[in-house]
Amino acid sequence: MQYLFLLYANEGGWDQLTDTQKQQGMAAYTAYTQALRKEGVLVGSNRLQPIAAATTVRVADGKSQVLDGPYADTKEQLGGYYLVDVPDLDAALAWAARCPGAGHGTIEVRPVWPTQNA
Amino acid sequence: MTRGNGDGRARDAAEAVARRSYGKLVAFLAARTRDVAAAEDALSDAFAAALAEWPVKGAPSNPEAWLMTVARRRLIDGARHVRVHADATDDLRRMAESLDAAGDGGAIPDQRLALLFACAHPAIDNAIRAPLMLQAVLGLDARAIASAFLTSPDAMAKRLVRAKQKIREAGIPFRVPDREELPARIDTVLDAIYAAFAEGWTDPAGTDAARRDLAEEALFLARLAAELLPGEAESLGLLALVLYAESRRRARRDASGGFVPLDAQDPLAWDIALIEEAEALLRRACALGAIGRFQLEAALQSAHVARRRSGRADWPAVVELYDALFALTRSPVVAINRALAIAETRGVEAAIAALPDADADERLGRYQPYWAARADLLARSGARAEAHAAYELAIGLERDDAIRSFLQRRQASLAAPP
Repeated sequence: MQYLFLLYANEGGWDQLTDTQKQQGMAAYTAYTQALRKEGVLVGSNRLQPIAAATTVRVADGKSQVLDGPYADTKEQLGGYYLVDVPDLDAALAWAARCPGAGHGTIEVRPVWPTQNA
Repeated sequence: MTRGNGDGRARDAAEAVARRSYGKLVAFLAARTRDVAAAEDALSDAFAAALAEWPVKGAPSNPEAWLMTVARRRLIDGARHVRVHADATDDLRRMAESLDAAGDGGAIPDQRLALLFACAHPAIDNAIRAPLMLQAVLGLDARAIASAFLTSPDAMAKRLVRAKQKIREAGIPFRVPDREELPARIDTVLDAIYAAFAEGWTDPAGTDAARRDLAEEALFLARLAAELLPGEAESLGLLALVLYAESRRRARRDASGGFVPLDAQDPLAWDIALIEEAEALLRRACALGAIGRFQLEAALQSAHVARRRSGRADWPAVVELYDALFALTRSPVVAINRALAIAETRGVEAAIAALPDADADERLGRYQPYWAARADLLARSGARAEAHAAYELAIGLERDDAIRSFLQRRQASLAAPP
């Protein structure tokens, strides 16, 4: 089954880190990504730009409404994702717990809707 | 006449196998697909077929295998119907093979433990774990469960459906967790069984059939957990605890149905066989050298039933056990019981001082046993007016008739407040 890990964390926290801490943080994510890849469970992953770069769009009555900012103004923001393919929820949770993001934020684990080709 | 007897026998046979095999059949049918609802539907079709066929042709020699054969056919037909894409055929083939391997003649592998772990998975809402187990393992319907848990049947049915969907859609596995996760996961299973038992136990007058049955079903689950996890001290501890409680079921009410508190119970009314079984389990658990909450609570029960032999509960042991239990759980409920035990060893004043502070924890303010304990201790210390007021709060918070009238009698036995 495929699961999407949505990484939520307080964006402000990153800016308060020293350069050394930032380097360590990046290295931890790199190592984690490598581990997922080595086990053959990684489908995809990306870090997202801060919510300052976010724009929302919705179409109502045929007119598109574009707004500056993220969809929801929350204390912790979506900052990246991993898409993994593992046998079951326990395996997904075990991987999510190893993600550095679980230590400084919250990871939502969502099963991907199965498709014909899944 | 003959027809009637045949019906009766077929029904008896079906009920006997339902009781013994329901969870085993659901567990096996759902293990691969994780679809508990589909397994239950297939099984209920199989039971319906049994009730139609057995009276005519006679009950089969292996009713469990017969039910499995019919249920798996339904399940595979159902799956074929819904899942038409290519990969599903592989699943179906594997399912048919594994069902064949097990279904014909051979014993059906017991995957109930995996089912228990799935029902009590941390990803399942805490409050629905016990109802889910009662339904998936024992086949209780939502109406019976709802009545025991004081919920509407509709709401309970919806929550059960949602929990089963979560198992299927989130991919909650049917397996025994790995060694490193195991202790925490066992705790969630045992907690859910205990929750079912506690819910059934809160009917001291024994007048509510749904609740009484629930306690029995929970005892069945506790026996099952102890049987499937024989090397886990806490699974033995839970069964011991439940047996101690069961042993006093009859002693909890007097001839007119009134509530009798533990210290006023006649030890001759306790069920000796259950107590002895519990004591043996507790010894086995202790020998495993992994102390835990349920063993401590069972040991407390053991110290109380010591009154059967010595005429007096082993109060110093009770206080010590409550100390250990409080250190482990930090539970205010434990603190209340600890204070009551302290009254027996160090006196009433020390006990009142040991009571937790209701101002510091607002849940305590709404907790009947807190006010009942406080009232009892105040009454014994001679503070009648305060005791009267505390009984008033306890009476107002109680939902059980028998306990309410017990508290009212206690309150009335105080001299009128000045």
